[in-house]
This record gives sequence, C-alpha cells and structure tokens, in this order.
Amino acid sequence: MMADRPVSLLRRAKNGAATLAAAASVVLVLAPLGAVFGYLVYKGIGSINWAFLTQTPKPVGEAGGGMANAIAGSVLILLIGSIVGVPVGIGAGIYLAEYGRTRFGDLIRFTADVLNGVPSIIVGIVAYGLVVLTQKHFSALAGGVALAIMMVPTITRTTEEMLLLVPSAVREAAYGLGVSRWRTTLSITLRTATSGVITGVMLAFARVAGETAPLLFTAFGNQFWNWKLDQPTAALPLQIFTYAISPFDEWHRQAWAGALILIILIVVSVSAVRIAASRGMLKGAH
Amino acid sequence: MGVGIQVDQLNAWFGKTQALYDINMKVEANHATAVIGPSGCGKSTFVRCLNRMHETIPEAHASGGVKIGDVDVYNGSSAVQIRRRIGMVFQKPNPFPTMSIYDNVAAGLKLNGFTDRKRLDEIVERSLKLSALWEEVKDTLRKKSGASLSGGQQQRLCIARALAVEPQVLLMDEPCSALDPISTGKIEELIFQLKEHFTIVIVTHNMQQASRVAEFTGFFLLGKLIEFDKTEKIFTTPSDKRTEDYITGRFG
Repeated sequence: MMADRPVSLLRRAKNGAATLAAAASVVLVLAPLGAVFGYLVYKGIGSINWAFLTQTPKPVGEAGGGMANAIAGSVLILLIGSIVGVPVGIGAGIYLAEYGRTRFGDLIRFTADVLNGVPSIIVGIVAYGLVVLTQKHFSALAGGVALAIMMVPTITRTTEEMLLLVPSAVREAAYGLGVSRWRTTLSITLRTATSGVITGVMLAFARVAGETAPLLFTAFGNQFWNWKLDQPTAALPLQIFTYAISPFDEWHRQAWAGALILIILIVVSVSAVRIAASRGMLKGAH
Repeated sequence: MGVGIQVDQLNAWFGKTQALYDINMKVEANHATAVIGPSGCGKSTFVRCLNRMHETIPEAHASGGVKIGDVDVYNGSSAVQIRRRIGMVFQKPNPFPTMSIYDNVAAGLKLNGFTDRKRLDEIVERSLKLSALWEEVKDTLRKKSGASLSGGQQQRLCIARALAVEPQVLLMDEPCSALDPISTGKIEELIFQLKEHFTIVIVTHNMQQASRVAEFTGFFLLGKLIEFDKTEKIFTTPSDKRTEDYITGRFG
C-alpha cells in the first residue's frame, strides 16, 4: 500500500492554488453585493425614519414627507405581477417539461428565450398598448401586467429545467400505482421539484422588483395614496428615479433611503418565501 | 386474493424494434413465477406489458392478449384502472423523495381520492407490517422522508406502497439487484409470505433467487419465451438445450 507516502510538494501546491482561486472567486462575486448594500446603508439609513415609512411625499421646498405610498404601491404592483406571472410561468414550464418534446415546444422555448432578452422598456410599451390604451388611463394593473410579462420566461425555463431533473423513476412509481398522468405531474413531479421551482420564481421576482422602465408609462407613479387597481400608482423604483434626477438635496437623500428600502423589501420577501417553503420539508428530503 | 394471469400471443415493440415475440404464458394465482434470462432478453419489457407500463415509454407499444383474472388488460379498460389492480416494484427503490414514510405508503390511495383518515392509518400500518418494515419506522412515520431510509428499507417501503392499493398481482422487476445480501434475504422471505395474498411475478438475474422463491420459472432469450415450467424442472431437467446452456453458465 502507498498510504504512508507523503503527498508530493507539487500536488500540495496545486491543491493550495485551486482552493485559493475558488475562495478568491467567492470574494469577487460577493464584494460588489457587499459594496452596494454597504453604500446604500451608509447613504440611506440617515433618512429612514417613521415619517419616511408612513407619509406621502411633500411638495418641493417642504421638509419631511416619505415614500409610504410608493412602498405600498410597489407591494401592490409586485403582487399583481406575481399573481398573473407565476401561474402562467409554471404552467408553461410544466407543458414544456411533460409534453414539450415537439416542434411547438421548441417554438415556445425559443420564444421564452427571446422574451427574456427583450429590453424592459419595450415590455412597458407592450403593457401600455395592451392595458393602458384599453383602459384609457395608467394603472397598477398595467404595471403588474408589465412585470408579469417579464417574469414569465424566467419562471417557465427554470420550472422546465427543474421538472426534467426529477428522475423518471419517480414518475414511473406513480404511474405504477395507477395514478393518472395529470395527477402525477401536479402531485408528484411538481412537488418533488418544488424547491427548484421556488428558486426560479424568486429569481424572477427579485429581478422585476427593481424594474423602473416598464412602470414608467404603465403604473406611471402617484404622489398620493392609491389602492385602486385601475388608477395610477406610485412605485419605489419610479419614486427613486424621479427623486434622483431632481435638483434637490433633500430628494436625493430620500432617493437613497428609498433604494435601501427596496433592497430590504426584496431580501425580506425572498427569505420569507424560502423559510416558509423549507418549513414543509422533511428530514432527509432534498 | 391473487388471480391468475393469461398471456396470449403478446408482442411488444420499441419504435420499429421488436422486443417480444408471441409470448404465451399462464401464471398461477397465489404463486410466485420467476422470469429469467440474459440482459436485454425482454424480461422487464414482458412484466411491463402486464400492467401497461410499457406504453409509457415514447414510441413503445404492444399487442396481443393479457388477462388478469377475468379482466382484459388491452381491451376495454384504461391503463390507469389496470395499474390499480397490479402493483409494481422496480429495480431501484424509488420512494417519493419529498413525502414522509406515511405519505409514501398512502400515496396510491390519497392521489386517487381516498380520504378516510382512519382507514388510511389502518391500511398504512397493515401494508408496512406486510412488508416487514413497520417495526423499523413506526416512530418516525410522519417525521422522516422516504428518501432518508437505507436502500433495503426503501425497497420494502416501495413494496408497502404497492400493497396499500390492494392489488391482485405484484410485479417485481429485479427488486433485489440494488440491495445487499441481508436486505435481499428479507425481501425473499417477504415474497414467501406475500404469496398467500397476491400472485407474484418476479424478474431476476439471480438464478438461485429464482429457485428459492418461485414455483414456476420462464426462461427468455432474445425476446422469446424459450421454456416455461415448474422451477424444479427448469433447473434440473430443462427440455430445451438453450435453457440448459444458460442455467449451467455457458452463456449470459
């Protein structure tokens, strides 16, 4: 046996170099995230106070005021976007994974990939054409639809990938028990792939949560509270955009605070969904 | 109670490739029948034709007559109905990974709309006892996932899952090929007990296993059933030269 022979210097050096390279990559990936978040906290934390979280914007020149209506508007628009986009995306993903080995399936795959690459401002124009022009005014609904269109391709493709990762043996087990195909797909395959599908949904959610362009001429923005789905609605990215390009220092500070709130909103909702999803998991399940 | 199986002129294809040729076989109720033969001879395809699992593979199809008791498998019943009558245990243990042990056993009933919880509890317990797994898992039924069990336990879990829907026939496709000798021994013991309640068809690569558990044995070669007889006869005085060559280890 060669168990006692010392490992050669060269091999140890290679091992060390590879480990170092991997560690360096991690730092490289995490550094921008840390820097962005740190800078946001540094610039924004000072302007976050009770008024910022509970009041609507004050007119130019008046001190104080807040982004409460924009925070609520963002939540509302993201909710609409998720309610419309998630079922469509998951449904399309199921179709592609279970029935999509056809030319039609390839066409959908291609379309989804192209849609993923469409500039967000163009998605905004589409939602403007579809919803705003028909309703004759800007609305939270139009903003939600724009975000939903952006969520669908990401969710569709990740759902498909995740379902295809479920071993066919698991499907066969269900068929062997006399479970019908649609039941197998929903209760066995989709359930087995749940954590992966959730990752895709959260990825899409986090991406659209910060989108400004598709909301410009759909949700439009609003200086006041609005809970009606068919009325112009404030949204954090819009408010940040408006304030950031303004010439007033007070508004700049509020824009930083808004950006910090937006990031926190995304992190909190993604973690909440993750925790809720892992609650239902069992010991030993993956 | 188990029922007999009558196979008449069964042919099966994968696309244009024929996998089974004119198989005729009569499987006795409440006995174990072993299917042996070299790799690729059609053993698995044969049992998968009995519960119409063959046709779940794209472009695969079968023709001919299969009767389970007095139910015609290929005429007048849906594949889903047939599979509820015929349990299947696969080569590799395949519990549902995200389900608890309890839910794995109850899956066949629950997914088909069975909701009586008290009855379910009874059926799960009875099935796990039948598959000799109850003692090992009774304290973690709902807490642990089916995937957290050892390979041998997983396979007995899969047997319990198949038994829970109260099938008349149990098909086992090399159920021990991924298991160690001790787990294999447990499953073989199990087959002996299960024969009282079910008709068993078992595919195996292991000829000793066939001679240990089965009263009848069929020898397949290149998609044809070469010989079908009492196990004792097949292993001592086979009537076909090819069977003799195979069981004495001259090929395969």
